[in-house]
Amino acid sequence: MQQIIKFIIRYKTSLLYMLLLLIALAFTIQSHSYHRSKYFNSANWITGGIYNTFNNISVYFDLDEENEKLLEENRRLRYWLFNKEENDSIEMDTTALNYKVMSAQIIKNSYANPNNYITINKGNKDSIKQDMGVITAKGILGIVEHTSSRYSAVQSILNTKSNINAKIKNTNYFGSLVWDTERYDVVQLEDIPRLVPLLVGDTIVTGAMSSIFPENIPIGTIKKFDLNASKSFYSIDVELFNDMTNVKNVYIIDNVNRTEVLQLESEIADDQ
Amino acid sequence: MTNSFYFINAIRFALLVLVQVLVFNRLNFFGFINPMVYILFLYWYPIKENRALFIGIGFLLGLSIDFFSDTMALHAASTVTIAYLRPAIMRFVFGVNYEFQSFKLSNTTRAQQITFLALLVIAHHVIFFTLEFFSLANLLLILKKVIFNGFATLTLCLLFGSLFSVRKE
Repeated sequence: MQQIIKFIIRYKTSLLYMLLLLIALAFTIQSHSYHRSKYFNSANWITGGIYNTFNNISVYFDLDEENEKLLEENRRLRYWLFNKEENDSIEMDTTALNYKVMSAQIIKNSYANPNNYITINKGNKDSIKQDMGVITAKGILGIVEHTSSRYSAVQSILNTKSNINAKIKNTNYFGSLVWDTERYDVVQLEDIPRLVPLLVGDTIVTGAMSSIFPENIPIGTIKKFDLNASKSFYSIDVELFNDMTNVKNVYIIDNVNRTEVLQLESEIADDQ
Repeated sequence: MTNSFYFINAIRFALLVLVQVLVFNRLNFFGFINPMVYILFLYWYPIKENRALFIGIGFLLGLSIDFFSDTMALHAASTVTIAYLRPAIMRFVFGVNYEFQSFKLSNTTRAQQITFLALLVIAHHVIFFTLEFFSLANLLLILKKVIFNGFATLTLCLLFGSLFSVRKE
């Protein structure tokens, strides 16, 4: 016993170091699995608060540019609205709608790490919940991973853990969208079978398999494609429509039927 | 003297964390270079202090950066390691005389200071980026990030170092 105590006293700094390193590694490794990094995110009130304060100052510097973007988006939406065939009878029955849309502002963005997260200035109080989709006017951005009362952490599509159902526009060939960490403007679409006719420049949109995003939200265009190692599937480089380095205003999509879909899916899984 | 010592270090801690997360984490030079200037805290921290306390502070420093930048506990793991390795690095750079009572960082030569800082930065970056990618398949990418980020960190730390040089007490 005395020997053990002596040993501990003698190597107390090394032991302390080992302990702290193990704690750090444990936090890091356990959060490699989905939805486990619960306490380690910038959506808590202190970090969110600091980011928000500084965002309130820095937001003025690119106000002009943001206004320009919103104006362009409004122009596009109005163009669609006016050219719709029966533009006098748009139904406004809000109980029958499938998706709710909320707006928020990015207060922290990152795109240089393998696992990027974005912090936005809306949270539980604004009825933001986990697993809601986040998009911009140009395309898809990510999925809400954690919420605090006033802030949320969004898992960006530039994240090795991100895996989103996507398809080639106007077809039903779908695959999953992942990121290989190489470039912040290029993501990868996997699992498209080799018999699918592809062209450089084809548009990639979100697929119907997801209970998070509505179908046909733009993602990007095909930049180049190759057959993968097994020679039966393509691996496609997709150039994003979004400039991930310069985003400010985002929309959060709430699928009203999501719980119902998930319940059905779990029932099927139980039956099998 | 001790009060002002704690005060200075607390202020330094807070300022370095804020500067890191609000300025340098947003730099994204060439799309991926984000210098980690908060390492300066571990460079400036007094030599004669309690080692266990120093390792603990290193852990806290890394953890506070982690909270801001959504990086799990990667910064914590790297800072705690360089905090632990610091005496060994100092012995390597300054020889045995760093253990003398009269030793001061400001009395050493410029080359020694740069070597000391460079070793801290390299150790930190190697651990940080290796853990971040967590696979040897990305060895080239890790190497690229370590070299470019390390160079940027070192340059900025040296600039900051000469701007706010350690006070001669």
